Amino acid sequence: MSSDIVLEATDVSITYAVEPPVNAVKNVSLSLRRGEILGLAGESGCGKTTLAYGLNRLLKAPAVMTSGEVVLHDREGGDIDVVSLTGDELRRFRWDKVSMVFQGSMNSLSPVLTVRKQLHDVLTTHRPGMSKGERDQRAAELLTLVGVDPARMASFPHQLSGGMRQRVMIAMALALNPQVMIMDEPTTALDVVVQRGIIREIMRLREELGFAIIFITHDLPLLIEIADRIVVMLEGEIVEEGTAEQIYRNPQSDYTRKLLSSFPSLTGERGGFVRSGNGSSGGES
Amino acid sequence: MTDVHSEGSLEARGLVKDFRLRSGFHVTTLHAVQDVSFTLTPGRTVAVVGESGSGKSTVARMIAKLESPTAGQVLLDGSPSPERGKALTDYRRQVQMVFQDPFASLNPFHTIAHHIERPLRLHNPRMTAEEAHARAVELLDRVRLTPGEKFMMRRPHELSGGQRQRAAIARALAPGARFIVADEPVSMLDVSIRLGVLNLLADLQRQEGIGVLYITHDLATARHFSDEILVMRYGQVVERGPADEVILNPQHEYTKALREAAADPDRLGQLRDEVRHASAQGAQ
Repeated sequence: MSSDIVLEATDVSITYAVEPPVNAVKNVSLSLRRGEILGLAGESGCGKTTLAYGLNRLLKAPAVMTSGEVVLHDREGGDIDVVSLTGDELRRFRWDKVSMVFQGSMNSLSPVLTVRKQLHDVLTTHRPGMSKGERDQRAAELLTLVGVDPARMASFPHQLSGGMRQRVMIAMALALNPQVMIMDEPTTALDVVVQRGIIREIMRLREELGFAIIFITHDLPLLIEIADRIVVMLEGEIVEEGTAEQIYRNPQSDYTRKLLSSFPSLTGERGGFVRSGNGSSGGES
Repeated sequence: MTDVHSEGSLEARGLVKDFRLRSGFHVTTLHAVQDVSFTLTPGRTVAVVGESGSGKSTVARMIAKLESPTAGQVLLDGSPSPERGKALTDYRRQVQMVFQDPFASLNPFHTIAHHIERPLRLHNPRMTAEEAHARAVELLDRVRLTPGEKFMMRRPHELSGGQRQRAAIARALAPGARFIVADEPVSMLDVSIRLGVLNLLADLQRQEGIGVLYITHDLATARHFSDEILVMRYGQVVERGPADEVILNPQHEYTKALREAAADPDRLGQLRDEVRHASAQGAQ
């Protein structure tokens, strides 16, 4: 097993046990290298979020992982068989080794607790040895790291803008210095300019702290810009996998090509867009 | 922007909208839209681009008469848009809106047939049930929900997001719209079906001479889909001009920032290298 791989999923299948059963993820294998950004691209219903939840053991009934293996190669040595974790072991694994940033920051932060309390919660649970002063210091450090003024610690989530809330979520995901961060559409709900700032921040933190990222989104052009490797999913299966460059310059699957052409280029060609200026409407005024 | 003949046009002239916000006894005024003007003409698309809170949807709602302007006017064929009565009904017949969320804009209790036949018969009181049915099928075929007959008896939940948005467009066409105000018509749809819906609007615009006001936050589709672009921020138009000009050669800082922020696969790896370089320097 190559040592630069941090998370490895083999032959993972996940089924929603409803009538009739839905096979949301079908025999998916992927490996995440240390410090890399792996893009997981696909449209709604392709299974990308289900797969991410499976990797982090967050699946809730009726979703069941019916087959497969997920192994985390811990940087402290030793392999963790994620699928067989139970009870306290699972509790220690989550957030500490693999953390997650969800799409809707308003739904994932508690509306009735201050930012300080929520950051402290992570630390009291996972680092029981820390004193209150140390926790405060770490919380302030984390907020500074993601570009939020530590003075905002006393704020409730509704007093923060969407971009700041998402930054707080990222601070929380960084709290325990995880090896893998799974980001599920972390910027989709944000305005583009804010989105850009956060993406830049994520890239910088990755550079400085060296964690690996699984970045889930439907925005293939964004992934091509930021990811090292990209996996394209369709109906629960991986249809293509390659470096960002391969996916962009030389896509192999029809579906990847279709996804790419769905985004007309800002400055270049029209992609799948048929509109042509017909005399009266083009170019004048 | 050149002046257009007022005949056959829909013009927004100096639109202003203030909202009064009340919290306790304290009243403040939010200037949602400040002095926005543009002209829609048949067969042409004007895009209003901006982020959330820029006032772009308020502009759309004023054009569709869902909101009345604090100051300024909307003129159809040169005459001020009516405020009430039959004249307002007649205005609405000609200016229709397509909303962002196709899950919320169609009534889950009613069939697609109901959604299309109702505006047909409301605006053509003498139309018989058979005629309305035939025309509705035609309209569904027109928006490529084919065969139309098959979709008539379906309810919204039996349609995908893209199909629903097509049904919403058919509904807008039903009363005989000359102008369509499309407020983020594809932002809630899956990426691979977005272009299909935009291409449909582009077809209608080109083939049937419909004037389209396209409200969006997406610069790329605004560029390819429209003739003229207005960039809005904090209720004001900060830049306007022919679509290619505004996007390829932006003058205003804000337009440049928007452009910079849009994902561009051609910048493959560039951001990573930049960030890497910056942190290497910071570490020294």
